[in-house]
Order: sequence, then C-alpha cells, then structure tokens
Amino acid sequence: MNLDPQGLFRDDSDSDDEFVQEKEKDTSKEMVVYLIDASPKMFDLVGNDEDKSQTYFHAAISSISQSLKTQIIGKSYDEVAICFFNTKEKKNLQDLNGVFVFNVNDREYLDQPTAKLIKEFSCIEGTFMSNIGSQYGIIPGSRENSLYSALWVAQALLRKGSPKYVSKRILIFTNEDNPFGNITGAAKTDMIRTTVQRAYDAQEMGILIEILPLSIPDEPFNVSHFYADLIGLEGDEVAQFLPSAVERLEDMTDQLTKRIFKKRIVRTISFSIAKSINIEVNTYALIRPALPGSVTWLDSVTNHSLKAERSFICADTGALVHEPPKRFHPYKNENVKFSLDELSEIKRISNGHLCLLGFKPLDLLKDYHNLKPSTFVFPTDETIIGSTQIFIALHRSMLQLKRFALAFYGGSANPRLVALVAQDEVISSSGQVEPPGMHMIYLPFSDDIRHVEEAVQLQTTADADVPHATDDQIKKASVLMKRMELKDFSVCQFANPALQRHYGILQALALGEDEMPDIKDETLPDEDGMARPTIVNALEDFKIAVYGENHDLEEVSSKKSSNTDASRKRKAVVEAAVESAANHDWADLADNGKLKDLTVPELKNYLTAHNIPVTGKKEALISRILTHLGR
Amino acid sequence: MARSKEALVLLLDVGPSMHSILPEVEKLCTMLVQKKLMFNKNHEVGVVLFGTEETKNELEKEVGGYENVFVLRDIKVVDADVVDILHNIPRGKFPGDFMDAIVVGIDMLIKKFGDTNKGKQCLCLVTNAQYPIKDPYEGTKEDQVDKISSNMKAHGIKFDCVVIRENPVRSAGKSVIDENDHLLNQFSKNTISKIVHVDNPLALVGALRTRSISPVTVFRGDLELGSTMKIKVWVYKKTSEEKFPALKKYSDKAPSSDKYATHEVKVDFEYKSKEDPDKVVPPEQRIKGYRYGPQVIPISSAEWDSVKLKPDKGVKLLGFTDSSNIKRHYYMKDVYTFIPEPGNRKAIVAVSAIARAMKELNKVAILRCVWRQGQGSVVIGILSPNVSCMDNIPDSFYFNILPFAEDVREFQFPSFSRFPAAWLPNAHQQEAADNFVRMLDLAPSDREEMLKPEFTPNPVLERFYRYLDLKSKQPDASVPPLDSTLKRMIEPDTDLPSKDKSAIDNFHSHFELKENPKKKKPTTLAWNEKPSLTDNEAGADGRTSDIQRNLIQDSSVVKVEKIGDSNPIQDFEAMMARRDNPKWIMKAIQGMRAYINDLLENSYRGDTFPKAIECLAALRKGCILEQEPKEFNRFLFHLYDKWKTSDLLEFFKILPSKNVTLITKTEAADSDVTEEEAKNFPLKPEPSS
Repeated sequence: MNLDPQGLFRDDSDSDDEFVQEKEKDTSKEMVVYLIDASPKMFDLVGNDEDKSQTYFHAAISSISQSLKTQIIGKSYDEVAICFFNTKEKKNLQDLNGVFVFNVNDREYLDQPTAKLIKEFSCIEGTFMSNIGSQYGIIPGSRENSLYSALWVAQALLRKGSPKYVSKRILIFTNEDNPFGNITGAAKTDMIRTTVQRAYDAQEMGILIEILPLSIPDEPFNVSHFYADLIGLEGDEVAQFLPSAVERLEDMTDQLTKRIFKKRIVRTISFSIAKSINIEVNTYALIRPALPGSVTWLDSVTNHSLKAERSFICADTGALVHEPPKRFHPYKNENVKFSLDELSEIKRISNGHLCLLGFKPLDLLKDYHNLKPSTFVFPTDETIIGSTQIFIALHRSMLQLKRFALAFYGGSANPRLVALVAQDEVISSSGQVEPPGMHMIYLPFSDDIRHVEEAVQLQTTADADVPHATDDQIKKASVLMKRMELKDFSVCQFANPALQRHYGILQALALGEDEMPDIKDETLPDEDGMARPTIVNALEDFKIAVYGENHDLEEVSSKKSSNTDASRKRKAVVEAAVESAANHDWADLADNGKLKDLTVPELKNYLTAHNIPVTGKKEALISRILTHLGR
Repeated sequence: MARSKEALVLLLDVGPSMHSILPEVEKLCTMLVQKKLMFNKNHEVGVVLFGTEETKNELEKEVGGYENVFVLRDIKVVDADVVDILHNIPRGKFPGDFMDAIVVGIDMLIKKFGDTNKGKQCLCLVTNAQYPIKDPYEGTKEDQVDKISSNMKAHGIKFDCVVIRENPVRSAGKSVIDENDHLLNQFSKNTISKIVHVDNPLALVGALRTRSISPVTVFRGDLELGSTMKIKVWVYKKTSEEKFPALKKYSDKAPSSDKYATHEVKVDFEYKSKEDPDKVVPPEQRIKGYRYGPQVIPISSAEWDSVKLKPDKGVKLLGFTDSSNIKRHYYMKDVYTFIPEPGNRKAIVAVSAIARAMKELNKVAILRCVWRQGQGSVVIGILSPNVSCMDNIPDSFYFNILPFAEDVREFQFPSFSRFPAAWLPNAHQQEAADNFVRMLDLAPSDREEMLKPEFTPNPVLERFYRYLDLKSKQPDASVPPLDSTLKRMIEPDTDLPSKDKSAIDNFHSHFELKENPKKKKPTTLAWNEKPSLTDNEAGADGRTSDIQRNLIQDSSVVKVEKIGDSNPIQDFEAMMARRDNPKWIMKAIQGMRAYINDLLENSYRGDTFPKAIECLAALRKGCILEQEPKEFNRFLFHLYDKWKTSDLLEFFKILPSKNVTLITKTEAADSDVTEEEAKNFPLKPEPSS
C-alpha cells in the first residue's frame, strides 16, 4: 500500500529538491480560441476519392479534438473556447449573427477543456446541421460580416487574463482563401479594411492570430488574397506560409501525448572559475523521467477526494508526539541522537556554488560515471555582466580541446562531483536539436561504484583463464553489426509504451469509450527487418563462429541429461541424505517423541530425502516430519 | 546467513616513510570498520602492523623470523574497540617487510578458519612499498610470491592492495620500488586481487570500497540478438548511490528508567474526507484517482491491473548504431553491467566478440529490457563495451538507460553566435581561455589522474561517520569541520605550479566581471568573493587573511617550492608557512631576496618599484614573524650598498614612506638595530655587523 504516493512526506535526506516533480501549475498558461469556418464550402469532400469521403469540416473537427485530448493531459491548465462562424444559429455574448460558441455544462466559454467537452465536440458532426446549421455569412448586398464578428467574439473571449502571464491565440480553420470574393466595389474594400483593423486591434492586445488553411494539392490556398494582410505577413513570409501551415496542422493531429513543461529555470547558481572569478549560470532540467500524473486518493463511495493526515506515535508509550525534533541512529549498542540542525550542518559542506576544480580529457568520463539525469547549464548576465563571455570562452576551449570540466556542486541536500560537458549547438531543418551550453553530469563517489566484474569472478574462481574472442569471431561480430545498423537512430525516438497506455486508458475511462485503446509498443524489435536474409545469415555466421556448429543440439542434450554441476551436486546431497536418513527408524522415533533428541542436520536428512522444505527452526522441522509421517 | 560473515585482515605499513600519510590511513580504516559496525555487525576484523619496533605474531614464536610484524588485534567480530585502535595507529621505526605481513595475515586466516569460509576472507594491504623485502630462505622472491598466492587461492583469500606514491620516485629507491611493484602485480595473476596506486591523500581516503555489498543480479537470462541467437548474461548494478543513512525519529516520551525503550516513533496515516474532517476513510474504501483536465477519474487497482501494460520479461536487441549518435548527457540513471554467465565459456566468448567489435567500430547497441515478469514498464538503453584488460576477468558491457520521447523537454535556447559582440570572447580572450583549460589539467600525462570518481570518497558521508563516532563519545559535540584532506575536492587546489597560476592570472586579466547596476539585490553578494563556510579566518584585509590561511594550512596542502613571477608574495608566504622542514624558511627568504634583486636590476625608470616595495614589505613581515630580522636587515644594507650610487637611490627614498625600514629590536628581539637607526636609514647607513 502506498501511503505516500506523492512523496510529500519523504525523509528530508532524500529530498533533492531539483528532482522533485516540478509544480504542475505554471504561472504562464495559454488561452486558445478555435475559430472554425462552418460555411457550406467546408462540407465539400476533400479530394474526389470516394474511399476518403471526408469533409473539410470533419478534418478540422478531428484535428481539434485530437489536439484537445493531447492538451488535457499535457497542459490541462490551459483554457480553450470553440467557436464556429458562418452558422445559421447564433450563440455569443455579443449576440452577433453567424457566430456560434460551442460549450457544454459546468463550463464557461473560455475554460479548461473537460472530458465532456471533448466527447461532445468530437461527435458534433451528427447534430451540427440540425442544431447549428451552416450558411454563408458574407453575401453581396448585406452588411453582415461573419468573419469580422467571429474575430470580435474571439477577442472578447480572450479579454480575461493579463498578456504578461498568459499567451493568447486565435486559430482560424478555413478552406476559403478569399472570404470577400463575391463582394465587389466599395463594400468589399470597406469590409476588408474593418476586418483587418479588427485583427490588428486584437494583435495589439497581445493576441496572436494564426490561420490553419485546409486545402487540397491541386487547388492551393492562396494566402495573398486576403489572409496575408489579416495576420500581417510580409514579403518572403507569404511564400513560406503554406508549407509551414500544413506542417502545423499535421503536428496538431500527430502530437504525442505528453505533459508539456514550461521552460523554467531550476536554479540560478554562482559558478566559481578561479579565485575571485565567479560567474552566474542558470540550470534547466531538459531530461527528466516523465511520470503519469499524480495520484489523488478518493473515497470509493462518494468519489470525493481525501486528504492524508499524518500523526506520530511514540512506539514505547503509544502517546501522540509532535514532529520529533531529533533523529537517532544505533551505534555501538547505544542510540546516537542528532538534531535536525546538526544533520543539515553535516550536509552543508560548501556554499552551494558550482566550483571548478580542473579539466580532464573527455575519454576519462567513463560510461559508468552516471547516477541520474543530467542538468543543463546556460550562462546569464542578469546580475553579473561578463558571465556569458567567460562561459562562452570556456565552452569553446573545452569543445576544441575535447575536455570536460570537473567541478564540485555543493547543493544543500546532495553535494556531488559533477562533470560539465560542453555541447555545441546542433540545428536541423526542423529547428534546434541540441542547445548550446554545458551538461552537468552527476558523478558517482568511490562508494557508489561497484566492482561487480571482479566480485562475480571471485564466486566462480574455478578456472583462472578466461577465453577472449578471436579475430575471426570479432570480424563476424563486426559484419553482424553492420547488417543490423539502425538507420537514423535518434535518442528518444520511442514513446514510453507504459505511459502512453496509461494516458490511453485514462482517456478511454474519462470519455466513456467502450474499447480500451490499442497502444502500439514501438520499443519491440522490428520483426520483419530481423527476418531479412542478410541479417539472418549474418546472425547465423556469428553464432557458428562463437558457439560452434552444433550449439543447439548441445543445448538440448545438456538440458536433457541435466548434468550441470549444480544439479549433480544436488543429486549427490539427496543421495547422501537418503542414505543417512535410513539410519534411523523414523516412525519409531516419532511415536516415542524422541525426534527432539536428534540434531538439526539429522532431521534435515530426512526432509531432504523426502523432498520437503528444510527451512525453519527445529520445532518447525519436527512438526513437518510428523505431518509427513501422518501423525 | 553464512555469506554475511566476512573476515578482513588489515595489513598496515607503519614504517617511518609512511608517517606523513598515516592520518589518512587511519581515516580510511576507521571508516571501513565503522560501516561494518553499522551495516555488517558480524563481520570479523584483524589488524596487523608492520615496520614496528616490537614483534608480536604467532609465526615468530613458532618458526622464528617475521620481525617487526605486530598483530594489533586478532580476528574478531567488529566492535567499538577496533575503531579506537584504528584512530591511533602506533608509528613504527623500522622499514617494514610487506611480504612478512602478508604471510602473517594468511596464517591468521588459516588458523582461524581452516578450510571453511572460502571466498569471504580478505587481506587488505596498505603500504608505500618503499623498502626492499627480505630474500627468502630458498628460491627467488618470485617463487615465494607464487607459493604464497597459490596458498591464498587454495584458501579462497582475496587480496586488496593500496600502494601510496606521493612524490615522484627518487632514482635511488627506484629499483626497489619497481621490484616491489612487480612482486605485488604478480599476485594478481594467480589470485583474486586488486592493486590500486594512489598518489595523493584524498585518493587514499577513497581507495577502498568501505561498505561491502554483495552484488545481486537484476536479471539472469538471455540477451536476444535475434530469435535464434541468444547469449546468457547476468545483469548487475554497476553504480548505485550510497545514500545518507536513514535515521529514525526519536521519541523522548519513554521514562528514562525504561532500559528497553526503543525510542522509536511510528508514523500513522489517516485519510479523511475533505468535507467531513472527522470521518476517517478506511484503507479498503480508498480508490486511486488520476487527473483528467479538471476532473479526477477514479480507477481501482484491480481495473488498472487488468488493462495496464504487461510486457514479457526479456532483453532484446534492436540494433547497433554509432556511439557518436548518443550524447553522453542522455544517460538517465545509475548504470548496469552485463556479464556473461559465469563459467559459461560460450557466453563469455560471444560477449567478448561483440564487445571487441563494438570497440573497434565505435558502435553501441540499443536494447529493450524488461527485467522481471509482471513489471509494468520497459526501458530502452544503450549497451557499450567494457573490454577487460585483465586476463582472468571476462569482457562485459555497460548499460545506460536512455530517455523516452516524453522525458525530453524541448526548450529552445539562443545561439551563442546571435549574442551581441560584447558577450562573445575576442581572440585574445579565447586564447587565454584555451590556455586556462590546458593548464588546469587534472590528468597530466606524468601523474595519476586526480579526483578520479573511483577514488573520491563522499565528503558528506565521511563527515557523518566521523561525527557519529565523536557523538557516541561526547553527546554534545558540535559538527566537526570538513576533513582537510577532503577539502581538496570542494575547492580548487591551492597548490598549483606557478605556470598554472600564471594561466589563471592571465585568464583573470582578460575578462572583466561587473555587477549589473539594474539588479541590486542582496543575493548578488555571491558575486563578491565570499569566504567559504568552513573558513572563519578571513579578516577584513584580504591579504592578511591569506597569510593566516596559509599559516593554518596543513603542511600536506601547501607545497610551493620556489618564488614564481606571477604571485611572488603568495608563493613566499606559502613557503614560509611550510612546517614540514625548517629549511623552507631560509629558502623562501633567499628566493625572495633574489626576486627583489632581479626586479630592481631590471627596472626602467622605476617601473618595477611598486612591486619591489610590496615584495620587500612581505619579506619584512615574514622575517618578523619568523624572528629572522638579521636576514632582512642585512639584505637591505646589501641592496643599499649595491645601488646607492645609481639612479636606484630614488627607490630607497620611497621606502620610509611605505613603512619599509630596518627591523628594530622592539619588533624582533634578535635585531640589533635601534629605532633611531631604523628611522635614519638609508640616510645614515651604519652596518651593524
């Protein structure tokens, strides 16, 4: 039973605050209004392919609901509103025509997404026409401008929250690249002007407007008709807009369900390079094991959440004690007591700074010099001007000379030696892959490293000479390695199957889905690839080289005859036991109650001979013998 | 359980050449037995000293010989006495013979255990192996080692050896040392032994694993290269953090008369509903809930178990990739090691072939591991080769866990190249940095690597165990300062050759740090040089505090041997502070005199005068502290005589204004210069001798 699922009450000795899960609630959150075009054009089929009879509208709905499902797990504190425009019905605070804000019970228009919202939104298509309806909102001869109204409504929804702490976005889903195309003359220019002006007003309030065009390859979405002006694209940006927008749309649907963490400084620390040269750096947690969200205990009858209360009870008297101020450890037959102050004083061996000790070549950082995830270090000039300059100079030197810095990081809880490994920036077409900076790798101390290789050898010291592979065997292994090369392998290309399944189950339960989701385990080896003849042959060659021709046969036969050392020994023991057990007349001894006069090894002989467990105290052995004899 | 009963015999060299390092040996050994006392209470420990004046061992009584080997403690279960014994190891006066000590140790183990307890007995030799061992009665020394080691092997005795080499070996003793090293290394050929060489006190304190933990496999089974090819492996933890001991909460409620009181505190959890704080919900009525948006979804454990991921146990190869593909900072956790199934020659060869091929081609393997059946998660990791350099240890692999996609947070950082030019180093600064990195080398080619993780003890634990022992004797003792030897690892080495110092100074001079005026927070104090917590000596004046620090420093820390150009005053003070040999004071004074002489000789229009005056002031101060006034006065007269006719006369005119005068009787009793004379110098020079 896990009494303390959130680790709230962990002993202070292991509360390495940096590794405690970061607070879920972040000061900066996001508010998004999804503006979905509901004009009849959106209900056209995408492409002419009969099999893929999917409407633009459906594409928009499914990508948004997918995105919401991801968001509710990843960033559940963000707020969303869903708003259709070019509708028959209207529902909005401003009472504007052609704009319909979709919502469910127990929820404001702009609020955190709920399971109910997602559920109802994802099956909205069935009822959309009857409940909301679709019509063109901008028609010649009318002053109605549904796009203008939609922006107005969206802007009004986003009024709450200071732009300082909240990032606000309006996402427009449409397949109409020229909304005012059927209007001419002064009315058109006027409408364009007011709409663009409305967009600028919104942007001035710190709201970002994005367009997600739904288009088909042979009829591209021409952003320069109108939307370039609306979102303020200029020059080259217009040409680059479409490809990136398509990418964003794909991102929305294929997003990995994961908790998103805001970039946040773990700690600002002083890094002492040498006497009287102290620069300042920020540390970030770039890699930390992702955990399924925290557990809340509920009362299974009422489903209300529970709170845990802890009490301390004196083991001797049973009296209730307050948080005991002292700790003790038995030593030399007495209890040595420590106050909490003394304990923290012991741990405080340096001033909490990062202190440079020297440099070493990178190859001295062994693969086993690791204990926990690394921490990223990036310079800051915020309080000490010149920090960045020194940091970059050292960074470049370390990269060039292929060295890492050894430093002592004296945190209050767990001071450690650390290796600072410089990492150059790596950029790919999709952006920054590796940020420039240093990675702080926590090194083990001498007592943290186990010399297992030697210890194991000690246990089986049967033959001192140990075979090593011959050149031919190594060559065969090299061939195998080339055949089984993972193309384009990148760290973290796999999703955690356990975590994805956890989220999948949670979603299924929350949304009341009948079927449990089938999450693909990406971490299993590629069976088809492994079955390719080149790989099979290379594997077979290697096998013969190291195991010999008849390995499988030998394995089978050795298993059959079961003549391993251990089993032979066991057999011998049993035989000996049977032999010596025969020295006594057990039934007679049992009847006369004389079993207790025998020694434990003698009793064990009987038990071993009859294949009965031999553990326990003498009484247990005797009672087991009696049971076996049927008395 | 039988396996917990281990026996250890410490063989400690206490000969004269070991005296300087014995405090560290004491620390190492007390830590070792203290941990046994806490974690392995039934282990047995014996202590044998060699190089002692007295002789006390059974072999000497039985067969003669084995002089200067003193059995300080027979093999007995650890107790408080042995901690005290090891706190104060008696110093010996004779060169010790480690071979005699080894034989005595083996004899003790054999007499105590005979043929039982194989593999759980250990000899631990700590020596500097500087003295030649005696020739055996018959055969060569090598034969003797062979005989002893076959004996050790027959009785399953493990052999650990720590060889201390603090200074570069002098040529005279070199042949002896080489011979001894050769002999010691010969042990490792036939027995299970480990010989480590350390060259500084810090590494010595970390040289032995002080806590014995019997390794437990995480996984035993097949490493599946494919469906048809499998290798039998055992997986162990290679690194695992040794945590601060878990202390129990103390309750003082029990009456003091109660001798059997445990004083323990039980922690009790109760779950109460938020609406009704008086209602306690019994454990079986509780259900786990997970957050989904603003709602909490209840899921019972039975429900959860039926749907959660249930991967099959097994270790499967996904493929190979270039080692450069996996950056070092992606390693997530503590490290595992994959060892071929012991005794399985086929597995040993197969692992060896792959490990060696990986090393040759710079490849690593990617594995998917499920250690146990029923475990709810899988791990992906990187297998890297560990090619053994010992003939009797098979090749193996290291395994590091890699992050999943969910574990990586893609934060963006600005490119360095996009920073304003003022934030980037220029060519000169870069050169200074290059030099700095090159100079502060912890692994120079001519020495052992410094601060190697394998030999670096955990300072917090060391401090805790020391304090624990102290408290058991004086319950109200305060926390002792961090051990001076261990200070080396939390602060940069103060003992740097002058070329390194100049690299630092050069680096320093190329960069400027200043406080951001916009941000004036009290926290920015960190920027100013802050005395470390353990050093309370810092005075108002930075320089005086330096002197004090140098004076209080342990002789083993300060080892400046000549006055360098970059920090002559500090070098001088460091040399004056050396307590290991009185000759350093004269050396320092002479060095400083030569340095000042050079400064004056090379001066051009008085450009070196300020520095020369500073040095002279330091020399004066040092001479007063060390009561060597004549040295200083004589030097000053000498300077004056030499240059009174040259343009350097200006120099002497400045001196009185800087309070650099002859040392008077009142300042140092040995002086025969009166105040009057001092005041008049250099106007009326009157050499006193």
